[in-house]
Amino acid sequence: MTLKTALASATVLAACMFGSAHAADLTVGFSQIGSESGWRAAETTLTKQQAERRGIDLKFADAQQKQENQIKALRSFIAQGVDAILVAPVVATGWDDVLTEAKDAEIPVILLDRTVDSSDDLYMTAVTSDLVHEGNVAGKWLVDTVAGKPCNVVELQGTTGSSPAIDRKKGFEEALAGKDNLKIIRSQTGDFTRTKGKEVMESFLKAEDGGKNICALYAHNDDMAVGAIQAIKEAGLKPGTDILVVSIDAVPDIFQAMAAGEANATVELTPNMAGPAFDALAAFKKDGTLPPKWIQTESKLYTQADDPAKVYEEKKGLGY
Amino acid sequence: MNALKPHLIRLAPQFAVLVAVVLLISLAFPDFLKLQIQNGRVYGSLVDVLNRGAPVALLAIGMTIVIATRGIDLSVGAVMAICGAVAAASITSGHSLVYTLALALSVGLLCGLWNGILVAVLDIQPIIATLVLMVAGRGIAQLITEGAILTFNDPGLIFIGSGSFLGLPMPVIIWVVFGIAVTLLVRRTALGMLVEALGINRRASTLSGVSTGVLLIAAYVLSGLCAAIAGIIAAADIRGADANNAGLWLELDAILAVVVGGNSLLGGRFSIAASLLGALIIQSINTGILLSGFPPEFNLIIKAAIIVLILVVQSPRIRDLATWFGRSDSAEAAVKQEAK
Repeated sequence: MTLKTALASATVLAACMFGSAHAADLTVGFSQIGSESGWRAAETTLTKQQAERRGIDLKFADAQQKQENQIKALRSFIAQGVDAILVAPVVATGWDDVLTEAKDAEIPVILLDRTVDSSDDLYMTAVTSDLVHEGNVAGKWLVDTVAGKPCNVVELQGTTGSSPAIDRKKGFEEALAGKDNLKIIRSQTGDFTRTKGKEVMESFLKAEDGGKNICALYAHNDDMAVGAIQAIKEAGLKPGTDILVVSIDAVPDIFQAMAAGEANATVELTPNMAGPAFDALAAFKKDGTLPPKWIQTESKLYTQADDPAKVYEEKKGLGY
Repeated sequence: MNALKPHLIRLAPQFAVLVAVVLLISLAFPDFLKLQIQNGRVYGSLVDVLNRGAPVALLAIGMTIVIATRGIDLSVGAVMAICGAVAAASITSGHSLVYTLALALSVGLLCGLWNGILVAVLDIQPIIATLVLMVAGRGIAQLITEGAILTFNDPGLIFIGSGSFLGLPMPVIIWVVFGIAVTLLVRRTALGMLVEALGINRRASTLSGVSTGVLLIAAYVLSGLCAAIAGIIAAADIRGADANNAGLWLELDAILAVVVGGNSLLGGRFSIAASLLGALIIQSINTGILLSGFPPEFNLIIKAAIIVLILVVQSPRIRDLATWFGRSDSAEAAVKQEAK
């Protein structure tokens, strides 16, 4: 990352260290994947914020998308004798040895955002979102909003074969099952990108009578929705009124579109995975209560009624 | 007319394929050919093909010249990402549109210069030399955008991506004008012939007094410039610079456009117009697949099947067979020619 972020993280670390002299009763190591996307940058920022708020001394390690770096970081955390380890695993396999080492050292490990293929007694809990549920929330919103009126839906899928694309499609279809007024008439991949989202939406509009047949758009992520909104505008239609727009992720830019009335709803994939993790850890340290093996984060629905302009201001500083 | 004839014969196969692809799509989807005026601009799938094909068409112009020198430029996709990022970063930090465009274009020229020096001066094989920037370039772009999608609202810059002039989208105007300009530059001067000579035999060209080093560097600089324009268009189109995805894999589409255009990867004779037709063929297939309503799992299979078919039809063996079957016609034509 950049110098700015490096400085920021150094300040946070320094703040933690000075704070630790009196306040911190816990030292937690956090092995982050790297800075692959804006969402992950926001997750890192929020994890540091959450740790600071709770007076936890957070030791942060950036793995730069490499598993060997993560394993090294975990071993160094174990050697330092931290109280707990948070890890966002870059891949699912190959964790057995290092997790066993942590278990032998009696250091609880919490997985963030992704899971691993190891036996579940090797980690304390996993904090992740439920992708199927996200699609479901988006689908339910649409079902409630159209309230029985006939509605043709077009769908912008994520990268073909990726688990978010499969699960978000599945959840949305489940919500629409049995509602005969709602029909998915076209579904095509937009690769999770703005450019492809715009290009594919242009073709949907051409194929469906200039968009007159389309009543709603469901996009598997906000970026594709932002691209599609531009395509709808360029076709002379009003996104948000002529064509309803619902998507998933809740990145800052979609709140700008919602504030302008061009998007209707988004389901949040919260970057605050550390909050629930720290809560579970605090309960465990207090009286030894073990959390369930899977903590599902909230998939919060945001609509135009939720003051999108304010949410945008809150989110934009998180590094998305 | 007679002066144009060899050009038309050269372009005939590509043109035939393009017409065939367009007809095939319009059979499945009759509205494909429909054009209408909406909000003062031409609106329809054919315009989409021209518009969405703009980045690959622009890259194909530079790629044609580079391939004619017996080189290849794998870095164009990454250079697109860098220049888009530079443009977005510059406009968001309050610089004027002219300054922004000049800056982004000069960064593209610089990237091309880097490639050119690696190839021409250090004599590194083009595929390796440009691989450096292909891999590193995306990292550079990410450094500029700080890993996020850098959005902007400057109307001037947005106009380049989604504005229209004379009823046509700006990207279309840009690639057509740029394509004509480069074609005139290389064909109205000796430059094109010198590039072909360099591609066929660099040593012989050098010995005949052609400054091959300068020419080679110029080819990569042109490719960098094309990538810069494409990058600005791609960023302006979505009103943001997406360092991760802008121009991703487009270098391969550009090479494919040049090959579908009937240009040899071994260098030598080239035709920019044929490469542009190649780019349009590829984009027609892409747009056709999107309109077809097939599940996305089939996208790449359909595209691959059509392209294999096109390349098979263009292969030397099949072309020989075609001439063999059509020899009586051409013999008659030859007789008529002589009679004149």
